[in-house]
Amino acid sequence: MAGIPHDHYEPTSGGERWLHRRLPIVGLLYDTIMIPTPKNLNWMWIWGIVLTFTLVLQIATGVVLVMHYIPSTDRAFASVEHIMRNVNGGFMLRYLHANGASLFFVAVYLHIFRSLYYGSYKEPREVTWIIGILMYLLMMGTAFMGYVLPWGQMSFWGATVITGLFGAIPFIGESLQTWLLGGPAVGEYTLTRFFSLHYLFPMILAGLTVVHIWAFHTTGNNNPTGVEVRRASKEEAAKDTLPFWPYFVLKDLFALAVILAVFFAIVGFMPNYLGHPDNYVEANPLKTPAEIVPEWYFLPFYAILRAFTSDVWVVQIASFVTGGVIDAKFFGVLAMFGAIAVMALAPWLDTSSVRSGRYRPMFKWWFALFIVDFFVLMWAGARPAAEPYATISLIATGYWFVYFLVMLPLLGVIEKPLPQPGTIEEDYARHYAPATGGTKTVVNPAE
Amino acid sequence: MSHADDQGGTRRDFLFYATGGAAAVTAGAAVWPLVNQMNPAANVQALSSIRVDIAGIEPGTQLTVEYLGKPVFIRRRTQEEIDEANAVDPSSLPDPIARNPNIEDGAPATDPNRALSQGVDGETSEEWLVMIGVCTHLGCVPIGDGAGDFGGWFCPCHGSHYDTAGRIRKGPAPENLYIPVASFADESTIVLG
Amino acid sequence: MLRYLALGAAVALGLGGAAHAAVEEETTITDYAFPFEGPFGTYDQFQLQRGLQVYTEVCSACHGLRYVPLRTLGAESGPGLPEPQVRAYAELYEVFDEKLLDGEGDFRPAKPTDNFPESSLANAPDLSLMAKARAGFHGPYGLGINQLLKGSGGPEYIASLLTDYTGEQKEEAGVVLYENTAFPSRWIAMPPPLYGDDVTYEDGTEATIEQASVDVAAFLMWTAEPKLAARKRAGFAGVLMLSVLAVLLYFTNKRIWAPYKRKAKDRVPAE
Repeated sequence: MAGIPHDHYEPTSGGERWLHRRLPIVGLLYDTIMIPTPKNLNWMWIWGIVLTFTLVLQIATGVVLVMHYIPSTDRAFASVEHIMRNVNGGFMLRYLHANGASLFFVAVYLHIFRSLYYGSYKEPREVTWIIGILMYLLMMGTAFMGYVLPWGQMSFWGATVITGLFGAIPFIGESLQTWLLGGPAVGEYTLTRFFSLHYLFPMILAGLTVVHIWAFHTTGNNNPTGVEVRRASKEEAAKDTLPFWPYFVLKDLFALAVILAVFFAIVGFMPNYLGHPDNYVEANPLKTPAEIVPEWYFLPFYAILRAFTSDVWVVQIASFVTGGVIDAKFFGVLAMFGAIAVMALAPWLDTSSVRSGRYRPMFKWWFALFIVDFFVLMWAGARPAAEPYATISLIATGYWFVYFLVMLPLLGVIEKPLPQPGTIEEDYARHYAPATGGTKTVVNPAE
Repeated sequence: MSHADDQGGTRRDFLFYATGGAAAVTAGAAVWPLVNQMNPAANVQALSSIRVDIAGIEPGTQLTVEYLGKPVFIRRRTQEEIDEANAVDPSSLPDPIARNPNIEDGAPATDPNRALSQGVDGETSEEWLVMIGVCTHLGCVPIGDGAGDFGGWFCPCHGSHYDTAGRIRKGPAPENLYIPVASFADESTIVLG
Repeated sequence: MLRYLALGAAVALGLGGAAHAAVEEETTITDYAFPFEGPFGTYDQFQLQRGLQVYTEVCSACHGLRYVPLRTLGAESGPGLPEPQVRAYAELYEVFDEKLLDGEGDFRPAKPTDNFPESSLANAPDLSLMAKARAGFHGPYGLGINQLLKGSGGPEYIASLLTDYTGEQKEEAGVVLYENTAFPSRWIAMPPPLYGDDVTYEDGTEATIEQASVDVAAFLMWTAEPKLAARKRAGFAGVLMLSVLAVLLYFTNKRIWAPYKRKAKDRVPAE
């Protein structure tokens, strides 16, 4: 296996040798857990562990919730109430699962932003990035279908609206939508398939997690400097890195404990804060709620979806050029998926030779604006579809595309990057002295 | 130097053990709810004890109620049925044990040991017979109201005959009809479970 | 960068609440103080019993509580009625039992193991989850800050709705509507249910409209979230355990990194 050179597992006892000849699983685990990791990783490199943990949490709580949940339009809502009232600790399991989805998305957005800032998506980590984007899409699908299962008003109408997006696709849209729903409208047949897929997707996610980790263990982690680990020899690599166990495992676990403490405070004291009250009303196909709002983690993309109305000139041009095939509704759908597509293409859109945003003075500001833009979109997505929110959404959507399609290619050309450190060791030594060497007197001995 | 090292070592060990211990406790606490949720839920537990109104049952008739997914026969017996049951020597029966969890284990299958004692004022009326209506052979529900050769119950599946105290007298069933945990809450109410 | 993203996360959390802040009508919701608010608040058993009385004597004429098992009235964390009282209360209601009359089904008096009946009036919504299905507080500007500080305001909404009839009424399409300043569209089909002294409380509390409204709102919060106390306990235990673990992990992490992380100014001479 390619990768940073390091010591490999050597079976010592007879039993270990016996197993290693037949199944080198201990060696695989050893190499994974002892992987040399850049020693200058900062606190933004904890989200991977948080995400892995959250996936386990969601699968564990999900598997046990399934023991009590009934996927039928007559009984789904009541079975959730049965979980909340009768099942031992069921209220906690359900609130953990529901809020776990939010934890998942908080972590994934921070994970993505970290990659975007430190250039983790850039050569040679494109495959890691693309797999990550696929996982993000799967997460969104899983979350969306999971939200339908309690069969509340928001479940039903959210499902109606989102599957309606597919109906906007020209020519095949309607049959695609019917195929997705299994009938003319959201019903029992929809609920059962969403239930099945909501169970399947996390398993695929778990598999993709392994591939994601495999990919970046091959290229090595990125790090805040964006400078690669030296890998000419084991000794040289060891100057830039420390093994994942115990140094980064403990660091990540500490961060995880802090994050979970906050998470438990939310679950224990305000478990419905991130939910919608309408979902405590059983689904009623004859009565639409006053306003259909998706969960918070979909809001930025919901805002992009709604930003394009038929009076926007881009939409009019598109409609004219395509002879009306692309209408405002379809344009919105294209924009929404396009917003993720341009993000997926970031490795090829970014022309800068410098990886980390730390050494890119202009990029920093455009990136900061991008983060602000994300929150503006999130906020606009939650507001009614009226002025001034429509204009705000449109401007914010515009910037999203400008950032990826214009700024990333352009900045690489016009920007003069700051000097980067030659090695990770050099960067690290600027903050922390090595354990030995040095001349100054001991001011504050370690013990 | 070595002294300082030792001290550091002990303190370090303690910290590591404390952290490992706390992590193990936290993980254990996280696993317990996942296990406990499989225990019977509150609605199921609430059904583990039910109250049956017996005010309307005349002598010589019986009521069948569902309890824990099984039928329970509640029969108010006539004096003849009681006398008939008392006339049998329990040691001569295929199953000489009372099979009654409300009295001591392994008590002989006499009629008073089979009947549900009112026990309100020390009197042990043998009028009431409460049994789980499941044949001890292969789990069919016996036919009642004086069916079979012994005037009690008869299982149509494989021909087991039970007498007026629900004791097996003839046929393949190995044991007397089981008696559930039961007691009188008041004169007209039996609590099962 | 880090501080920036942390701030971002905090904003995201705030915005999360925005999801249910979209509809902001001009309604006035009074921020009543309930004993179950805050991280350590629990239900007041006497208030729940009073609320149950209001529900039974007033609301239950039209509304139901179909998801609430009658036996839970005996719960220690709920109204805490003694068992014979729960049985007697259950018998006030009739439920349909499919097993009666050899499978034809028939009505019989309810038992504690049954749920409350459904609404008897078609357009009277079920009240089991009403305190979580309605929000009293929103915004401002969809930022979700009010919900964060005051809670989503379900019980406050119910109490306000019951007290805030203006006395005006109008007829629309054959339906009489009553003006209510707490109701989102201002005109509600439900006639004012309380007129003061609608019930006689056993504990001598005066049954003013406001008192009865707050009591029944508290009761409905309990029907919507019966495990509130257990949930807060579990949350507290979780926070506590994880905090202890976090502190220990902090020191362990610091300790193992110590050989590699001596600050430049604290350099140790070669040993």
